[in-house]
Amino acid sequence: MTLAKKRKNSWNLVVNLVLLALVIVWSIPIIGLLISSIRPQDDVLNTGWWTIFSGDGSFTLDNYKRVLGGSQTTFVDSAGNTIRASGDNLGRAFINSFTVTVPSVIIPILIAAAAAFGFAWMMFPGRKLFFTIVVALLVVPLQIALIPILRDYQKLGLTGSYLGIWLAHTGFGLPLGIYLLYNYISTIPRDVFESAFLDGARPMVVFARLVLPLSVPAIASLAIFQFLWVWNDLLVALVFLGGTADVAVLTQRLANMVGSRGQDWHLLTAGAFVAMIVPLLVFFGLQRYFVQGLMAGSVKG
Amino acid sequence: MTTTEIHSESKGFLTSALITVARVLVSVFVPIVAFGILWAGFIFLRDSNAPQGVIAVVAILWGVGGVAMLFWVSDWVVNRTPLHVAKKLQPFVFVGPALAILAWYLFLPTVRSLYLSFFDAQSNNFVGLQNYVFAFTDPKMLESFVNNLMWIVLGTGGAVGFGLLIALLADRVKLEKAFKSLIFMPMAISFVGAGVIWRFVYAYKPMGEDQIGLLNAVVTFFGIEPQAWFTMSGWNNVFLIIILVWLQTGYAMVIISAALKGVPSSIIEAGRIDGAGEIRIIRSIVIPYIASTLVTVSTTIIIISLKIFDIVFTMTNGNYGTEVIASMQYKQMFRFLHYGRGSAIAIVLVLAVIPVMWYNLRQFGKREGF
Repeated sequence: MTLAKKRKNSWNLVVNLVLLALVIVWSIPIIGLLISSIRPQDDVLNTGWWTIFSGDGSFTLDNYKRVLGGSQTTFVDSAGNTIRASGDNLGRAFINSFTVTVPSVIIPILIAAAAAFGFAWMMFPGRKLFFTIVVALLVVPLQIALIPILRDYQKLGLTGSYLGIWLAHTGFGLPLGIYLLYNYISTIPRDVFESAFLDGARPMVVFARLVLPLSVPAIASLAIFQFLWVWNDLLVALVFLGGTADVAVLTQRLANMVGSRGQDWHLLTAGAFVAMIVPLLVFFGLQRYFVQGLMAGSVKG
Repeated sequence: MTTTEIHSESKGFLTSALITVARVLVSVFVPIVAFGILWAGFIFLRDSNAPQGVIAVVAILWGVGGVAMLFWVSDWVVNRTPLHVAKKLQPFVFVGPALAILAWYLFLPTVRSLYLSFFDAQSNNFVGLQNYVFAFTDPKMLESFVNNLMWIVLGTGGAVGFGLLIALLADRVKLEKAFKSLIFMPMAISFVGAGVIWRFVYAYKPMGEDQIGLLNAVVTFFGIEPQAWFTMSGWNNVFLIIILVWLQTGYAMVIISAALKGVPSSIIEAGRIDGAGEIRIIRSIVIPYIASTLVTVSTTIIIISLKIFDIVFTMTNGNYGTEVIASMQYKQMFRFLHYGRGSAIAIVLVLAVIPVMWYNLRQFGKREGF
């Protein structure tokens, strides 16, 4: 082996080791959380999670039963005692998160795709002005809307309703949605539409039959970004859903648990994992779209 | 000019006025009818006793189906008008609903918040600039400005710095994908979830007991006293910012990594031939080449740091000197119910993003096709 090659190999080893160290530092907090969430209460509260590597320690799913369960949860602990405890109702919050998230992803994408099609392929007065406003609104912090919209909602009786939060997420997600889908839809070649228009198809038919199917890659990226944004959002939920347990989403319940059970690490770790399991599945299952979505969605305000 | 021309011109004016009115109607029609139907459905759902899962499914179908259906209905209505009118109304079937919702949720609120920021807590009396005087002189507000600056400098610097480092290193190894994937994973986690993860890392137990928080375990291993990290004034902000860096490094890395693949190898080869070392090549060739990407990534993370709320809200609730602008705004809104101050603080946030907005608009202005 020549000297140059040797130097290159050792350099390679150093780079790999540095990367390995960084990856370990980055992953350890999540590993600690996962391990703690399946350890019995006494173990979690008295010894570090890393002690399981020395061999002793047992595992349990009780923590999950408790955080998912309703106000009165009964379960048998590892020692065989039947325990009745108040659960954290994350099971319900999980369904609430879905109820909030699914329409908050689909509705803005439908409306944004229609608008993007209009901006890209139709002429009308004010087209440039309106699109400039959309671009300007891209980075406006949503904090600006909280007080005025909350006042409207109080008048309309919309606070604490799913409809209110769907519309809010729609409003806040639209600028990015229109902008991204415009970028994509405006690059579809003109002749794709022309034959359809020549056959006398209405624009709505062209939109539904041609534009939407052709835009699937862009829509998928946007959907993943919007999904993560809505699922992980705390502020919009706090302001527009309010604090009632009936409609509270996972992030709200988890934030509440931090307040009320600040030291119950066996429950907090399980709760945090329940809140992040869906985004993590999306992450590992759809990584390609996930990356595209995040790259494209990075300018949201 | 002949009489017929004048006649047709005035008629043209009348039609175009009518068409403008119709355009506004079409824009507003879809959202209002959609809203009405959704709302009626909601009252019904809210009062029903069906199991929660059933309500959730019905609500989802109702909401999504309602919006899709209303596009078709407004399209149907427009197609019942004479052809030359329909042609002019058609675009607003598509862009109208988006414009109406944007106006309600983002455009008008900016104006309304500005207006409310000149009024008192309940928005009854005009108070002039009093809320802005509060925003720029209150000690808690000043604390939040300093802290936000720290978030911006350390948060952005940390995430972009680590992102660049990892992207550069990963570019040179075989396991690139696996390494990048693990660094990127935290991006999927919410700020609240990340808050819990790191609260656990920072967990504190008095000296002598077994530490369950990783950081204190490491510290005590080296014989140093365990610390309650969140109450260490000044430093506690850094411990919170680390959470943001942990979350955002993956994002910076992915974007920078994509830009690195675009650096032509011929330039790098030319540098090598001229005898430049690895570090020199990175500093004088690669970094200047990806400078615009670095600016974009930094801007994005600066905006995220500026609006940071969830982490502070769940971890310290702004206590121990960790207040930030967004948490101050939330407190003014919900704890002190002071809409005037809350609005003034929101306006301050908007003022802070105006340079970015201006830059985006300038870039957009350069684009062709518009």
